[in-house]
Amino acid sequence: MNANPDSIQASRAPGVAFILKKSLISALVALVLFSLMIGVRTEAGPQGLLVYETRFGDLAAMVAAVFGGSIVVELLRQWWGPVGIARLMPSQLTSSLSVAGRWVAPVLLIFTFLVPVIFYDQRYILDLGILVLTYVMLGWGLNVVVGLAGLLDLGYVAFYAVGAYSYALLATNFELSFWICLPLAGILSAFWGVLLGFPVLRLRGDYLAIVTLAFGEIIRLVIINWQSLTGGPNGVSGIPRPTLFGIPLDNSDAGLAARLGIEFSPTHRVGFLFYLILALALLTNWVTIRLRRLPIGRAWEALREDEVACRALGINTTTTKLTAFATGAMFGGFAGAFFATRQGFISPESFTFQESALVLAIVVLGGMGSQLGVALAALTMIGGFELFRGLDQFRMLVFGIAMVLLMIWRPRGLIGHRAPTVFLERNQAISSDLVKEGHG
Amino acid sequence: MCHFDSNLAYLAQQLINGLVLGSIYGLIAIGYTMVYGIVGMINFAHGDIFMIGGFIALITFLILVSFGLTAIPLILLIVLLVSMLITALYGWTVERIAYRPLRHSFRLAPMLSAIGMSFVLTNYSQVAQGARVKPVPPIITGGHTLHESAGGFVVQLSNIQIIVVITTVVLLAMFTWLVSRTRLGRDMRACEQDQTMAALLGVDVDHTISMTFVIGAALAAVAGMMYLLYYGLVDFFMGFVAGIKAFTAAVLGGIGSLPGAMLGGLAIGLIETFWSSYCSVEYKDVAAFSILIIVLIFLPTGLLGRPEVEKV
Repeated sequence: MNANPDSIQASRAPGVAFILKKSLISALVALVLFSLMIGVRTEAGPQGLLVYETRFGDLAAMVAAVFGGSIVVELLRQWWGPVGIARLMPSQLTSSLSVAGRWVAPVLLIFTFLVPVIFYDQRYILDLGILVLTYVMLGWGLNVVVGLAGLLDLGYVAFYAVGAYSYALLATNFELSFWICLPLAGILSAFWGVLLGFPVLRLRGDYLAIVTLAFGEIIRLVIINWQSLTGGPNGVSGIPRPTLFGIPLDNSDAGLAARLGIEFSPTHRVGFLFYLILALALLTNWVTIRLRRLPIGRAWEALREDEVACRALGINTTTTKLTAFATGAMFGGFAGAFFATRQGFISPESFTFQESALVLAIVVLGGMGSQLGVALAALTMIGGFELFRGLDQFRMLVFGIAMVLLMIWRPRGLIGHRAPTVFLERNQAISSDLVKEGHG
Repeated sequence: MCHFDSNLAYLAQQLINGLVLGSIYGLIAIGYTMVYGIVGMINFAHGDIFMIGGFIALITFLILVSFGLTAIPLILLIVLLVSMLITALYGWTVERIAYRPLRHSFRLAPMLSAIGMSFVLTNYSQVAQGARVKPVPPIITGGHTLHESAGGFVVQLSNIQIIVVITTVVLLAMFTWLVSRTRLGRDMRACEQDQTMAALLGVDVDHTISMTFVIGAALAAVAGMMYLLYYGLVDFFMGFVAGIKAFTAAVLGGIGSLPGAMLGGLAIGLIETFWSSYCSVEYKDVAAFSILIIVLIFLPTGLLGRPEVEKV
C-alpha cells in the first residue's frame, strides 16, 4: 500500500542506455551544427581574399560539452520530474512566504533610499543603481501598455528615444532647463504614442507587434538620417546636467556645495541623479497604481482580458487604447530625458531593438502587471547583465541563453501571480494560469 | 525629395532589381508565415537562420574552392545542398530547444524565447566567425543587355539575377506542390486548422511542426546563399534587418498566407528599390515600414490575409 516514492521514481526512470542514446544523438546534432561554424574560421587573407583555418580542437570541445551537458540535463530531469507540473507546497510554507512577500516591497524601498548613503564611496554601485532604476522605470512604463492594457509593444524604445532627443535638443538649442524640458519630453513622447496608437487601433496581436517594431525602427532611422537636426550617428553631445531647481551641482561659486558651505564632491551629483530617477520611478509606480483604480485603469484591464466583451459593455476601446499608449509613452519619455541628462551624450546606438526587447523581457519576467515583479526582474536582468560585463563579446550570447532558459523555466515570469484589482468580499490571489493575458 | 523622370529604361532596370530583392525577401517571409500559420508565434530567430544559411554557404564555398573544384555549377549545387541541410538542422534545433517546451504556454513566452534565440544566434556567429564583414569575389559574372536606350542607358539583366529568380520560382513550385499534394503538406494544413483534432486523427503534430521549421529554415538558407551570391558579402548582423523586412513582407501579404508572403516580399523589394532609386537611399527602410503601417490601416489583415473570425 505504502509504496516508497523512490522506488516508483526508479522504475519509471529511463535507464542508462536511454540517457546515453539521447546524449549521443545530441552530440551528433551538435557535431553537424558546429562543424562549419565553429570547426572552420574564415578570415580576410593577405590579398583581401577570404581564407579559412580549421579549429577541430574547439569543435571537439563543443561537441563533448554538449554530450556532457545533455547527460546532466537528463539526470536533472529525472531528479526533478517533468517540467511544468506545479509543485504543491505545504500551506505553512505558503503562508510564511506570503508574509515575507508583503515585506519585500517596503524593505526593498527603504534599502533603495539608503543606497546612496551606504555606498557613498562606491561610484560603480551608484551608477549601477541608477541604471537599474532607469530600467525599473521603463519596465513600469511599458507595463501600462503590455501588462495592463495587454497591447504588445515591441517598439517602446522609440518613446525613450523621443524623450531623450526632446530634452537634448531643447536644452542644447534653446537652453531650457531640465525641469521645463522634463514635462515637455513627456508630452512629446505621449503625442508620439497617440500618433502610433491611431494606425494600430484596428490591429490585433502580432500585427500590432510588428507595427510597433516598425515604428521603433522608423524613429531610429530618422534620427540617424536627419543629420541637420539630430547630428545623425554622431549623436548630440554637451547636454546640460540637471540642476536642483536652478542651482547647478558643480564646484562653481553658485553651485550647491558652495551655497551650503560644504566641500564639493562629484558624488553629490551622482547621488542627486539617483534620487531623481528614484523619484521618477516612484511617480510612475504611484500613477500606475492610482490609475488602476480609476475607470480608465479598469477599462485597460478589461481590454486585456477580452476586447469583444469590452465593446459589448460600451467601453470606448479607441480612447482606452490611445490613453494606454500615451501614458506608457509619457513615462518612456521621462526616462529618456533622464537618460539624456545623466549621460550628457546620446546617439542612436542607445535606442536599438535590443533595448525594446530588454524592457519587454523585464515586463514579462516580472509577471506582466505585477509592479514588484517588474522591479525585481529589472534588478535581476540588469544586475546579471553587469555581472557578465567581463565576458565581453560573450555577454549578449549569455544574455540570450539566459532569456531562453528563463522563459522555459518560468514562462509566466518570476512572480507568476497577481492579485485582482476588483474583488468580491475578499481579495484572493489567483494563479496567472487561470487568466488570459496579452491577447493584444 | 523625390525626382521622377520618364525614362522607361531606368524604370525597367529598377523593376528587375526590385523583383530580385523581393524574391530573396519572399523566400525568408515564407518561413515566417508558415510558422505563424501553424504555431501562431513570431519566429524572431528566423532572420538569423537566414544569416546562418549565408555563412554556411560561404564556408562551404571556401572549402570547395580550396580543394581545387572549379566547375561552378557543381560548386553551386553542393553549396546549396550543404547549406540547406545544415541550416535546416539549425531550424530543427531551435524549435526543439526554445519553442517546443513553450508550445502550450501563454502567448508572449515563445515570442520572448524567440527574441532570446535570435540574440543567441547573432552573437554565436559573431563569436565563431568574427564581427567583420565577409566579402567574396563575384562567383557568377556576366549578364545580358536587354535594351539600350537613346540616352545611353542600358538595361542589364545579370546572370546572377536570372539564377535568383529561377531558383525562387522552382523552389516555390516545389513548395506549393509539397503543401498541396503530399502527406506532409496535408498534415501541415491539418495542424494549422486544429492541432487537437489533427492529433486525434493520427497526425503526428510534433513531427509536423518540426518539419515546418526545417522547411522554413531550408528556404531561408537558399535565401542566404542567394544574398551571398548577389551582394557578395555576409556579416553576423544581416539577419536582423533582413528578418524584420521579411516579416514585414509576411504581414503585408497577410500572415499565414503563402502566396501572400511571396507577394509581400515582392512588394517590399519593389518599394525599397524604387524609393532608393527615385527618392533617397537613406530612407528606403523608413519607406518600407511606413507603407506597411499605411496598408495595415486600411487592410488590417494584410493583402491576402483572411479576416480573423472571433468567437465569443
